[in-house]
Amino acid sequence: MTRRVVIVGAGHAAAQLAPSLRKQGWEDEIVIIGDEPYAPYQRPPLSKEFLSGEKDDKEILIRPEAAYEKHGIELRLNQSVVAINSDENTLVLDNGEKLAYDKLALCVGARARKINLPGSDLDGVYYLRTLDDVKNIKGYLGVKKSIVSPRAVIVGGGYIGLETAAALTNLGVSVTVLEMQERVLARVTALEVSEFYQRVHEEEGTLIRTNVVVSHIEGRHQDSDKHPLRVCCDSGESFDADLVIIGVGVIPNVELAEAAGLAVENGITVDEFAFTSDTNIVAVGDCANHPNGLLGRRLRLESVPHAVEQAKTAAASICGLKLPYISYPWFWSDQYDLKLQIAGLNQGFDQVVIRGDREGSRSFVAWYLKQGQLLAADCINRPKEFLVAKQLLSREITVDPVKLADESLDPKTFAP
Amino acid sequence: MPIIHYIEADGAEYEADVAVGSTVMQGAVDNMIDGILAECGGSCSCATCHCYVDKAWFDKVGEAGGTEKVMLEMAVEPQPTSRLSCQIEVTEELDGLVVRLPASQY
Repeated sequence: MTRRVVIVGAGHAAAQLAPSLRKQGWEDEIVIIGDEPYAPYQRPPLSKEFLSGEKDDKEILIRPEAAYEKHGIELRLNQSVVAINSDENTLVLDNGEKLAYDKLALCVGARARKINLPGSDLDGVYYLRTLDDVKNIKGYLGVKKSIVSPRAVIVGGGYIGLETAAALTNLGVSVTVLEMQERVLARVTALEVSEFYQRVHEEEGTLIRTNVVVSHIEGRHQDSDKHPLRVCCDSGESFDADLVIIGVGVIPNVELAEAAGLAVENGITVDEFAFTSDTNIVAVGDCANHPNGLLGRRLRLESVPHAVEQAKTAAASICGLKLPYISYPWFWSDQYDLKLQIAGLNQGFDQVVIRGDREGSRSFVAWYLKQGQLLAADCINRPKEFLVAKQLLSREITVDPVKLADESLDPKTFAP
Repeated sequence: MPIIHYIEADGAEYEADVAVGSTVMQGAVDNMIDGILAECGGSCSCATCHCYVDKAWFDKVGEAGGTEKVMLEMAVEPQPTSRLSCQIEVTEELDGLVVRLPASQY
C-alpha cells in the first residue's frame, strides 16, 4: 500500500520539504495543500523587487508549477485544511473532503498582525504579507496613477516597513514611516544601526517619524481632497495619504494544531527533529517553536533560511532518519543600494563594535558581543564579513574587539 | 534546451534541461536537486548555491567577479573552479555543463 505525506501550507518550508523527502528516499505520495492560488513563491521579494516591479509573479515562484507534477508531488492550491483528526490520521478540507495521511507536515507559516483601530479597514489601507496583498497594493497604485505625487504612510518601522518604504520611494511615491518606538528597527538592531538606516532613508527622501502612535485613520471624501486618507496620531499630528501600509509583525498560525491537541506555545512546539507532540506530525518554519542547542533556548524564527534548513531535518524525521536541526540563524534585508546580511541573534548583547564608517558611508559592520563572545553581526554591504561572522559563530571563535574594528586587517584572518 | 549535469557529493548524478536565460541554481531547484539550497532566492546573499564547475568547462563559464568573488573566498571548502550557481546564466554554449555540489552548503 502506498503511503502519503501531506504537507499543509505552500511556502518556503513546503517547497524544500518535498524535494528533501524525495532525496531522503520517500517514494510514495506527497501532497502539498496551499490556501493561496499560487505554487510556492519567494516571500522576501514581495516587499522588494516584486513591489517595485523588477520581478513579476512568474519570476518569484520558487520553481514552476509543472516541476512538482514532474516529480510526483501533488499541489492542491486554493484549498485549506479545517481540521486534523490525529487519532485516525485524517484531515478535513474546506470542501468537506476527508484526506488520510501517514505523516503530516505543518508548514502553515504566520500571518500579518492586524491592528484594530478606527479606519484600519478603509479602502487604501493594506497589510503586506502575501502575493495577493502586494498585487492589490500595485493595482491600487495603478488606479491612483493620475495623482501627480502619490503619498504613502507606512505604519511600523521594522524590516518590512522599511523595505516597503524603499521600494515605494523608488517608484516615485512620497513615503512617511511612522514608528511608535524611539527609533526604527528598535526590536532587532542596536542604536548605531537604527541611526544609520534613518540617515539613509532620509537621504533617499523618505520621511521617518519616531515616537509616534497612530490613533485612527480617517477617510476623507470631499472632492477637493487630493489624498483620500489621513493617518491621525495620539500627539494630534496627522499625515495625508493615498495609500497606508501596516507592517507591525506577524503571528504564527497555530489554530489548526491547537485544535488538534498538539502542544502550542508561541508557535507549534517541536523538538530538534521537528516532531510535534504527535510523532506522526512535524512542523516547520515560521510556525514552529523549536529548541536551538547552540543558543541554549527555544525560539521561533521568521526566516527563509530557517524554514529551508529545518525542512531538511523534518524530511529526515519523516523517513525515519535522525538529522537534528542545529544552525545559527541568518537573515537579510535589501533597501535601496543596501544589502544587509545578519548572522546570529543579538539578544542580550552588552557591546557593539563598529567596523567601517557608519556615519559617512553605506558599508559597515556592527558586531554584537556578550562578555567578549560574538552573538551576531549586522553586515551592510559587507558580504565577506557576513560569511566570516557565520564561521566565527559556528566555530565559536573569539576575536579581540579591537581587531574586529580594524579595517587594516583582512576579516578572513579572523576565521583561519 | 541545454542539459546541465549535477553531481552531488554522495555521487548521485542528475541531468536537467535548463532554459537559456535561467541559472544553474534555478535548474537545480526546478528539478528538486537539494544539494543546492539557494536560500536567498538567487540574490547573491547567502552562498548556499555553491558549486564546483568541472575543469573542462571552467573557461566557458568564467570566473566569479564582484560580490560573488568575495563570498566564494569565505564559502565552505572553496576550490579554484568554485562558483555560486545563481550567478551562472545558462546559454546554448553551456549545453552539457557538469557541476559538482559540495557536501555541505554551510
